[in-house]
Amino acid sequence: MLQVVCVKQVADTETRVKVGADGKTLDPAGVTWILNPYDEFALEQALRIKEAQGSGEVVAMTLGGPQVQSTLRNALAMGADRAVHLRTDAIQPDPWVVAQALAAELRALAPQLVWFGKQAVDDDQAQVGPMVAELLSLPCVTVVAKMELEGDKATVEREIEAGREVYEVQLPAVLAADKGLNEPRYASLKGIMAAKKKPMEEKPVTLGEPALEVLAMSLPSGRAAGRIVGQGASAVPELVRLLREEAKVI
Amino acid sequence: MAVLVFIEQRDGQIRSVSREALGEAARLVAAGLEGPVMGVCAAASDPGLAGLGEAGAKEVMLATHEAFARYEPTGYAQAVAAAVEKVKPSAVLFAGSSMGRDLAPRVAARLGVGLATDCVALAVEGSRLVATRPVYAGKATQKVGFTRAPAMVSLRPKVFAPHGGNGGPATVTALPFPYDPAAVKARVVEIKATSAGKADLTEAEIIVSGGRGLKGPEHFDLVEGLALALGGTVGASRAVVDAGWRPHADQVGQTGKTVSPKLYVAVAISGAIQHLAGMSSSRCIVAINKDPEAPIFKVADYGIVGDAFEVVPALTEAIRKLNAQG
Repeated sequence: MLQVVCVKQVADTETRVKVGADGKTLDPAGVTWILNPYDEFALEQALRIKEAQGSGEVVAMTLGGPQVQSTLRNALAMGADRAVHLRTDAIQPDPWVVAQALAAELRALAPQLVWFGKQAVDDDQAQVGPMVAELLSLPCVTVVAKMELEGDKATVEREIEAGREVYEVQLPAVLAADKGLNEPRYASLKGIMAAKKKPMEEKPVTLGEPALEVLAMSLPSGRAAGRIVGQGASAVPELVRLLREEAKVI
Repeated sequence: MAVLVFIEQRDGQIRSVSREALGEAARLVAAGLEGPVMGVCAAASDPGLAGLGEAGAKEVMLATHEAFARYEPTGYAQAVAAAVEKVKPSAVLFAGSSMGRDLAPRVAARLGVGLATDCVALAVEGSRLVATRPVYAGKATQKVGFTRAPAMVSLRPKVFAPHGGNGGPATVTALPFPYDPAAVKARVVEIKATSAGKADLTEAEIIVSGGRGLKGPEHFDLVEGLALALGGTVGASRAVVDAGWRPHADQVGQTGKTVSPKLYVAVAISGAIQHLAGMSSSRCIVAINKDPEAPIFKVADYGIVGDAFEVVPALTEAIRKLNAQG
């Protein structure tokens, strides 16, 4: 069974965000780039399915400039069989044009499962997966917290407010993984060495007309400095008074 | 033209997040977007849509099908897309709930338009809609414009106020839409409630979160007791979720949930940058931590330096007494 995991290179969650010179994007100086954490859950699940079936192929795919190949290598080191790099020099393309480019490539590959993370931890848009599904007319479940495969059907749990929706899904399908779906493996030294020799196909793509325009990025104004009410349990009465009379939240 | 709002219902109950979206739609019309405020709802039967006149809606289009008793992404997307084609709105608003976040991108892709998710402010500049939304889990915000109509947005829950209007009942009309339930390839067969009766973190007014300073999962009863006394929901730091003490659904911060309650109490949480990103927009933050240098105190309105095992029971007891006094 062919599975494609669509991944994104993002700034490490440790990053202290600074606004770049254009006033619209992240200042890349000093940023460590990682595989989007939610994509690791997607990739892990795809690898487990392949291992359980004893056959099949897992393809990691991404879109971006030359720098994103290091993230594809990370995916190969975790265990993906090969990688596809849709090459563009566009800065921060919006979800709709990314979805169109991915869908065009996926249409040709016709995988049984297309995996995404539930969102990328940079723009937090959480759109590309379901948009690709619409473009390919495939069923889609987002925020996948549990998944079991039986033949060409999957039972999938989606995290919602105070509960879960349980879906029955007919493959081929698009799934977007949440944290908690599994425990992603670390790339082994052997995996890292093997990744260097795995195939990586670079394909230039032309993106469509943007649907969104980022006008500005800014940092939130910091919170005014608070105060230490006191030490230990003896400070509780004063805290309660402040919450009632000053903050008026209880 | 109109400003169209997706009206979300679960189990035949209109969700409050949709009233928040209607309230914002009414403000956008007052700010210069062409009205009226219209709604579109997918349901098995009318959940009482006429009553949304009070919430700011002039007319609500209702798409009914027996399969719509539960969320049905394919059919819901078809219904909303049909409503958009019918009324040609300048903007479409969804709640940034789990349903809205799932549905909006599908509709945007059908229409080939841009979507800004999880917005915290909307403005009309010229005649254009401009959306403000957090990125990097709240470490920064971006302003986004739309290159074609309709502009589509989803709104973060608990940020936008519902309309305080006194309009008459909304007109409810039946919405025809193309739908072949046999072609649906992913359907909801069951809903599992994990914390029945409790507000989800993203919609909670009060959150009490616990961190690694609690030393073990068995000590979360301290956090639960305080949350119960305050009528709040329990959250957790990434460290305790990764340690398996709490489920991922409880995690606050980057790779968890971004929350904006009116009161956020951080118990034994040091305040890693990922956690601070996810809760700094709370109205009032209380931190209880042994370490006076913990970063959490930098964002807290009120801090108590002390052992959570002493402070939290005392605080819980004080809140209980307050509750007993009424």
